[in-house]
Amino acid sequence: MSAHADTHAHDDDHGHHHKETFVTKYIFSQDHKMIAKQYLVTGTIMGVIGILMSMMFRMQIAWPEEPNVLFEALLGKWAPGGVMDADIYLALVTIHGTIMVFFVLTAGLSGTFSNLLIPLQIGARDMASGFLNMVSYWLFFLSSIIMLISLFVEAGPAAAGWTIYPPLSALPMAQGGSGMGMTLWLVSMAIFIASSLLGSLNYVVTVLNLRTKGMSMTRLPLTIWAFFVTAIIGIVSFPVLLSAALLLIMDRSFGTSFFLSDIFIQGEVLHYQGGSPVLFEHLFWFLGHPEVYIVILPAMGLVSEIMASNSRKPIFGYRAMITSILAIAFLSTIVWGHHMFVSGMNPFLGSVFTFTTLLIAIPSAVKAFNWITTLWKGNLQMNPAMLFSIGFVSTFITGGLTGIILGDSALDINVHDTYFVIAHFHLVMGISALYGMFAGIYHWYPKMYGRMLNKNLGYIHFWITAVCAYGVFFPMHFIGMAGLPRRYYTNSNFPLFDDLANVNVVITIFALIGGVVQLIYLYNFFASMYYGKKAEQNPWKATTLEWTTPVEHVHGNWPGEIPHVYRWAYDYSKPGHDVDFVPQNVPLMEGEEELQH
Amino acid sequence: MSTAVVEGKTWGGANEPLKASYGKMMMWFFIVSDALTFSGFLAAYGFSRFKFIDAWPIADEVFTHFPFLHGVNAPMYYVAFMTFILIMSSVTMVLAVDAGHHLNKGKVTIYMFLTVIGGIIFLGSQAWEWNTFIKGEYGAVQTKGGNILQFGEYVEQDGEQVFKRIAVKDFAVVDTHKERTAHESKNGIWFQSEGALPAFDVNEIYKGLEAHENILVRTHYIDEETGDKIVLSRDHSLKALKNNGTLYVEGANLHVNEYGAPLFADFFFFITGFHGFHVLSGVIINIIIFFNVLLGTYERRKSYEMVEKVGLYWHFVDLVWVFVFTFFYLV
Repeated sequence: MSAHADTHAHDDDHGHHHKETFVTKYIFSQDHKMIAKQYLVTGTIMGVIGILMSMMFRMQIAWPEEPNVLFEALLGKWAPGGVMDADIYLALVTIHGTIMVFFVLTAGLSGTFSNLLIPLQIGARDMASGFLNMVSYWLFFLSSIIMLISLFVEAGPAAAGWTIYPPLSALPMAQGGSGMGMTLWLVSMAIFIASSLLGSLNYVVTVLNLRTKGMSMTRLPLTIWAFFVTAIIGIVSFPVLLSAALLLIMDRSFGTSFFLSDIFIQGEVLHYQGGSPVLFEHLFWFLGHPEVYIVILPAMGLVSEIMASNSRKPIFGYRAMITSILAIAFLSTIVWGHHMFVSGMNPFLGSVFTFTTLLIAIPSAVKAFNWITTLWKGNLQMNPAMLFSIGFVSTFITGGLTGIILGDSALDINVHDTYFVIAHFHLVMGISALYGMFAGIYHWYPKMYGRMLNKNLGYIHFWITAVCAYGVFFPMHFIGMAGLPRRYYTNSNFPLFDDLANVNVVITIFALIGGVVQLIYLYNFFASMYYGKKAEQNPWKATTLEWTTPVEHVHGNWPGEIPHVYRWAYDYSKPGHDVDFVPQNVPLMEGEEELQH
Repeated sequence: MSTAVVEGKTWGGANEPLKASYGKMMMWFFIVSDALTFSGFLAAYGFSRFKFIDAWPIADEVFTHFPFLHGVNAPMYYVAFMTFILIMSSVTMVLAVDAGHHLNKGKVTIYMFLTVIGGIIFLGSQAWEWNTFIKGEYGAVQTKGGNILQFGEYVEQDGEQVFKRIAVKDFAVVDTHKERTAHESKNGIWFQSEGALPAFDVNEIYKGLEAHENILVRTHYIDEETGDKIVLSRDHSLKALKNNGTLYVEGANLHVNEYGAPLFADFFFFITGFHGFHVLSGVIINIIIFFNVLLGTYERRKSYEMVEKVGLYWHFVDLVWVFVFTFFYLV
């Protein structure tokens, strides 16, 4: 026991004297706030690259095989005379998917906000293990670098799609990107999985073990619940991707036949026999489906918090929100088969997966209704964070509705692998999670950098982005239903699709505007670090603990004692109080009862 | 989500509501994660085995050897021994953890040492097991379709007709006059490195089969009624070898497998290898902890929690072996 007392005394000293050099403060930092910023900046850079790629292949689809100076400048030998090569198109699609899903929306979103908010909102001095936290970030950094290096491989980066189905990914000679490009992809992802595991272990253990006095699980802000469950999903699902990746590496390099069977390539009979690519799909999607919840749950948590605070109302249905997060997490592990309705899986199994998939609509709808009812009759503060949160709910509903169509095997078969699917998942997890991330950044920027983001630029950023996002993905539903397949380099050889050419041009124009407008945000983000308005301690008048820390960062978060918690996180506009928010660390007044939540 | 139960009353705060240090909890969650990696592999194994449910090798016929005893038919005895050793090392680990709770340095040292020894014996045994599996004993012929033809004869044993395998080298008629061109770059024939040539070609085996009336071919398909592999009649044996045989294989590697489906060997090597890698890591970590115990690091700390943490890992590795053992050897 004495050991514990010692650590406490040590903890309390943190804020005061702790010499930090440039290297320990900015590079190999073990401080969760700095690591959060590192994740955010790395994620942003990866995001810029990912979005640039999408702008390039959108231009190819809109104006197929037309020379483009941009291609010539950016792609070099892959665009002889400015005409994009088909191989690099596939590679761009693949790497765009990988970067956005894993590097931006997994590491960039959950990495940033879990690190920033978990210790601050539960009242802890730092993560359980600052060292592992640092290792986690640097592994992520390393995997990002390797992924970027793979872009410069002579035969091209991985081009088998972000789902890397064998045999394209398993046979090094299958296509240009299947060689070194694929190897680097796998190495990068293996490191990424290690990083994600270390990060998740830290998040889970910190939430369980380091909550301040009074912070019971049912007083946690919903952000923390979301990060906590996200980390658990990560711990459960990423290792299965690791299994798949290791078996794939064996197939690629050591001649095993786990995923390969009876293959001819360039007239040569390969020795593989007995394996099954469908097995890979099962293993991959056992991760792949939970992965979309790893992406969306943190965004849901951020949005819940921001909506309550900016509606000046308690979140509607706090317990229902937690229950639905848990239900979504559980269901996410038993629905992976809906990605494989046309993969040759037993059709009966398809009906089982249809059933479990459609069940997810229930907790999702609970959440959507709760957000709307939180807004209902609220005193809405329409700042950019709030706008992005409302945008999140909008795109989540739009994308979620098409999910019901795609989750049904009988309906899915008609639109499988068409642009309908692209529209669905970009809206429901891509744009939604991105909105959640933007909302989080606009809301917690003062916490991260001690300054405010420019509001007006934020409004411009939101409205143009919102119009463009729907401008890009709404028409895709129609071209998808018209049968346009995804991943095709050009559709000009199919007279059937000639009518859709103009729609594709419209989509691309929206995509280009939407991409370029992010520059406004980037300018806002970086300029505000130096020239933004100085932030007050609690600019949004929010109740959670992070706003009780000083504006200037201190190592250990609170200069003095860690605050104790006496109430839940959503005491907004509580009758009997003078102000419309009561922070969690304010003791109950005499005769006041904690809200039954 | 047992933690949600705390609802209503607030807990003491700031540290360890679950009465476990963060390190121990991290180990638990790491184990959850690692367990899922193994689940992925074992599920893949199950998937593949189910696909070849009628042609999977029968473990009793594959793992029949025992060190230093040649020619015995001792199915499963050795792996049972290995498993016993590994479980015993878990027992000594429990004793070490318990001694740690009593801050008994001497006992922790002894039991950690025994645990390390157990781990090393297991690893050595696995190396031997792999070696026998790779070497093979009887040899077989692979067919065009990738099936396996094994050879043997029926002998009377305890009043029953039992199929007993015969090694190919014992009956094949080796053609010593056969000319083989050495594929080397200097004699002008374009060559690709292709490893060693098989010891016999199919013709030689066929001649041997013709010469020995009693030898029959056994396929790798399982007769659903008896649960045994199907043995062909004499006529069919000759025909099957002549028409379909392509390659003599002995033992198993990642490409071919004399015991049956190549996937069996792929999974055997990969999963036992991955488990063996875990055991190896465990042994190394145990050795580090052993020296720390010896140096009195934990004595000074007045807490042997590190022993407990590696103990968790070691039990987990044991538990995984129980599953691997069950799926590869027992069922």
